[in-house]
Amino acid sequence: MDVRRESEATPTKNRTGVERKSERELVVTRTVNAPARLVFEAWTKAELFRRWWVPKSYGQTLLSCEMDVRVGGQYRLVFPHEDSTMEFFGTYLEVTPHSRLVWTNEEGDDGKTVTTVTFDETAGKTLLVVHDLYPSTEALDSGSTGAMPEALDQLDELLASLGSSTETK
Amino acid sequence: MAQYGQAHFDASFGALSDATRRGVLEQLGRADASITALAERFHMTLTGMKKHVGVLEQAGLVSTEKVGRVRTCKLGLRGLEEEAAWIERYRQFWAARFDELDIVVEELKWKEKANGRKKRK
Repeated sequence: MDVRRESEATPTKNRTGVERKSERELVVTRTVNAPARLVFEAWTKAELFRRWWVPKSYGQTLLSCEMDVRVGGQYRLVFPHEDSTMEFFGTYLEVTPHSRLVWTNEEGDDGKTVTTVTFDETAGKTLLVVHDLYPSTEALDSGSTGAMPEALDQLDELLASLGSSTETK
Repeated sequence: MAQYGQAHFDASFGALSDATRRGVLEQLGRADASITALAERFHMTLTGMKKHVGVLEQAGLVSTEKVGRVRTCKLGLRGLEEEAAWIERYRQFWAARFDELDIVVEELKWKEKANGRKKRK
């Protein structure tokens, strides 16, 4: 569906920022040109979430995506991985509609990573701040948790090749 | 990730976790310095500073050279460049993800508009 209309400004891509706050923390920021309630919806409804969490350029699709978005609720994402599957799962610790989500990533061998997402709306746009607190420096670097799929190397190549070709759908 | 130099990143991020070592890197960013000078500046023993410099050197963040009886330290650029590359790769991944999020959210906006902004919540 093409949502770009003459009357509407073409959605421009906003800058994604990444900062390594400490040896155990990574922070990603991005502004989305929409009110927080819509951005929050895209983060909390499984059928929407699964459409963007794994970028097309990453070359993978989620096999399944279950999300029970409420405090104490669980989520489980299943990816194809080589001949088998890889699962990411955890528990929602905080669910504050349109402003804050906190969940754990429990698939790692060395403790839980806690992801905090805040939705901060100003003038119809929403600043997203995704903060990952890793149990250890090693966990962050190895990408053993959901925040950093281990096949990122492939992504790098893909992005490089996509740079020269046009977007394919 | 293994092919991307896992051990190197563990070492360099570990090295960066210490405030003194970050200070040393900052200092060396301005000018090369001897271990003695660094020890004085950071109010620690020569042995203590040697240990910190050793950690930084192992991580490839600092290189040292002995000239006469003085060991001079300077920044090892390679390490920092690789870290910057690591962060950039991570950034690109999220940028790609957010570009997809934009599409989903634009659709939600469009639907909301099409529904005449019916209050449904």
